[in-house]
Amino acid sequence: MAFKPALDDGVYLRESVQTAAKILVVGHFAVGKTTFIGTMSEIPPLRTEELMTQAGEGIDDLKGTTGKTTTTVAMDFGRLTLSDRLVLYLFGTPGQQRFVQVWEDMSRGALGALVLVDPERLEESFPVMDLVEHYGIPYTIAVNRFDDTETHQDEEIREALDLLPETPLVNCDARDQRSSANALIVLVRYLQSRLR
Amino acid sequence: MTTSDEPDQEPVAPQLVRPYVITNGRNLLGDHEFSLITLVTAAEDISRTGNLDPEKRRLLELCSGGYLSVAEIVGHSHLPVGVVKILLSDLTEEGYLFTRAPIPAAKLVDRHILEEVLNGLQARFG
Ligand SMILES: Nc1nc2c(ncn2[C@@H]2O[C@H](COP(=O)(O)OP(=O)(O)OP(=O)(O)O)[C@@H](O)[C@H]2O)c(=O)[nH]1
Ligand SMILES: [Mg+2]
Repeated sequence: MAFKPALDDGVYLRESVQTAAKILVVGHFAVGKTTFIGTMSEIPPLRTEELMTQAGEGIDDLKGTTGKTTTTVAMDFGRLTLSDRLVLYLFGTPGQQRFVQVWEDMSRGALGALVLVDPERLEESFPVMDLVEHYGIPYTIAVNRFDDTETHQDEEIREALDLLPETPLVNCDARDQRSSANALIVLVRYLQSRLR
Repeated sequence: MTTSDEPDQEPVAPQLVRPYVITNGRNLLGDHEFSLITLVTAAEDISRTGNLDPEKRRLLELCSGGYLSVAEIVGHSHLPVGVVKILLSDLTEEGYLFTRAPIPAAKLVDRHILEEVLNGLQARFG
């Protein structure tokens, strides 16, 4: 080997890993995406930054903008090695509609998405729901309850978000590993059911 | 960060200027063969690395301990995604890197992968 590796051993994937899969963790501002990824990841979460040109294209409404502006879109992600040969990456993807380019990239090759919602701020989830639907990404709703007073019933949330009967809805505390893993399991079961 | 070790010559968007220089002016937003979950590692028998750009050298160092995803290389290098993809693509063409491409989205393949993801999650957290 020509170089001494720049990072510690534990950072690298097992030699036997052949396949990488990805699941998106999406939701509006401050809904718990970073927390969820930090809870589930086997490595300290990392960030990617991409320079984006914002033009008045796609589904964003930027009427009146002259020329282009550039912005940096940051995404955090984590990793879970799930077998000798398979690694799963969880990408936290911002829900703002102006990040169309990011969504185009992220939707390609994604198994599905976990949509985190805060029942107290359901309307803030509409733009991100539009995005996952626009890109045809199969999803499960994970209701992140920020206070324990269960004022919202699942049915109310389903109705407010206009969910299809088949779309799973699961409660999830992004700070809790069992709870977060369960939300992923519900999503993956749903993805399996769609193939039958 | 890539910009911090050099004085800014222009007050405007130094982070835009710098990657342009690294990648010899190639378009950052075109289609690349690398996705964020392409797995990459350094070739075992690397010779003649002396004339590599410092940025490429750094990426090669990151890759020389085993496989990492492109996303992880981006995260550790603190370079923008588009820049890393171009540099990795060059390094691969030049024979310094090997890749494991992400799985094609064929349904049959998905079925196996979903099963493996589910089993893995249950084994680990169930
Ligand atoms: N009670 C409760 N608090 C949570 C939960 N998930 C996240 N939080 C808190 O909510 C705040 C925002 O969480 P983040 O994980 O930063 O949210 P985010 O979606 O990454 O936010 P942005 O990246 O800014 O859009 C933090 O203070 C978390 O501790 C949860 O499930 N329950
Ligand atoms: Mg965040």
